[in-house]
Amino acid sequence: MEVFVMTLLLTLLAVITLVIIRQRSLFAVVILAGIYSFLMASVLIVLDAVDVAMTEASVGAGVSTVLFLATLYLTNSREYPVPRSNLIPLFVAVGIGAALVAGTFDLPRFGTADAPIHKHAAPRYLEKSIEETTVPNVVTSVLADYRGFDTLGETVVIFTAGIGVILLLRGRRRRYSPETGEEIHGE
Amino acid sequence: MRRDLILRIGTKLILPFMLVFALYVHFHGDFGPGGGFQAGVIAAAMLILHSIIFGVRTTKQIAPQGMVEVMVPLGVLIFASAGLPAMLFDMNYLNYGVYDLQHQPHGHHLGILLVEAGVIITVFSTMLAIFYAFGDRGSS
Repeated sequence: MEVFVMTLLLTLLAVITLVIIRQRSLFAVVILAGIYSFLMASVLIVLDAVDVAMTEASVGAGVSTVLFLATLYLTNSREYPVPRSNLIPLFVAVGIGAALVAGTFDLPRFGTADAPIHKHAAPRYLEKSIEETTVPNVVTSVLADYRGFDTLGETVVIFTAGIGVILLLRGRRRRYSPETGEEIHGE
Repeated sequence: MRRDLILRIGTKLILPFMLVFALYVHFHGDFGPGGGFQAGVIAAAMLILHSIIFGVRTTKQIAPQGMVEVMVPLGVLIFASAGLPAMLFDMNYLNYGVYDLQHQPHGHHLGILLVEAGVIITVFSTMLAIFYAFGDRGSS
């Protein structure tokens, strides 16, 4: 059953990607990207990563779709066809894709219990989480407590991203007079 | 979209549930999936939906832009200073055991709640501040 659901979802993901590449209307592309995010969220639920799925659904399909639509409102909503040949980008993309797939052959099979990642610190967290933090959800105790420093870093990253966007977009736009070339103050 | 009756009433019905779900994800993060990050995004998505239907100006009356932009660094500050008390007691930075020295695991639980509060404040306000920044661009 899980294999069937996964195959269906991944096929849909591939189809949507192809449609996005062919599509010239950027509005349709934004909506399709939202659908892509929801499908990705479903894939993550099948993989039992519910909190990542929640993030993907709300950030990928919700907030970023709205931001893309806001951007379209500010710019043009049609993509102009590129006159150059697509052969070189296609070659680069296929090459990198093949290299990544070749890289997965050396990884331990998905879900194997004795993979190195499950043997290093994870068993200790699983065993001691309740004893040391009284928090039954190990994901939370690892994120906020055992790896608290990393999460502090992530919060700072979000903060930096927010400040960057505010600095770039907010504040009065400078306007220049077409005749004299001087800056016009006020709206 | 301000005049579309179905969208307006539908949004009004769904908004409180989105907020309650965000708070559930936040405060239930110790027991179920989710935490400050997810809750912050869901709460921000609620206000963004509100502003799509009722206009950015109405939303800014609920969550003023100045307040939202102060909250962006405030969350990081709460998180970073939550780790400081431990250093006074000669423990590692971000060791929450300090919040309950008699029963340290309980202190860890309190510390996680405190830290998650910092995360939800920063994530919520950053998402909303970015959205406001885009909205300002469109209206001017």
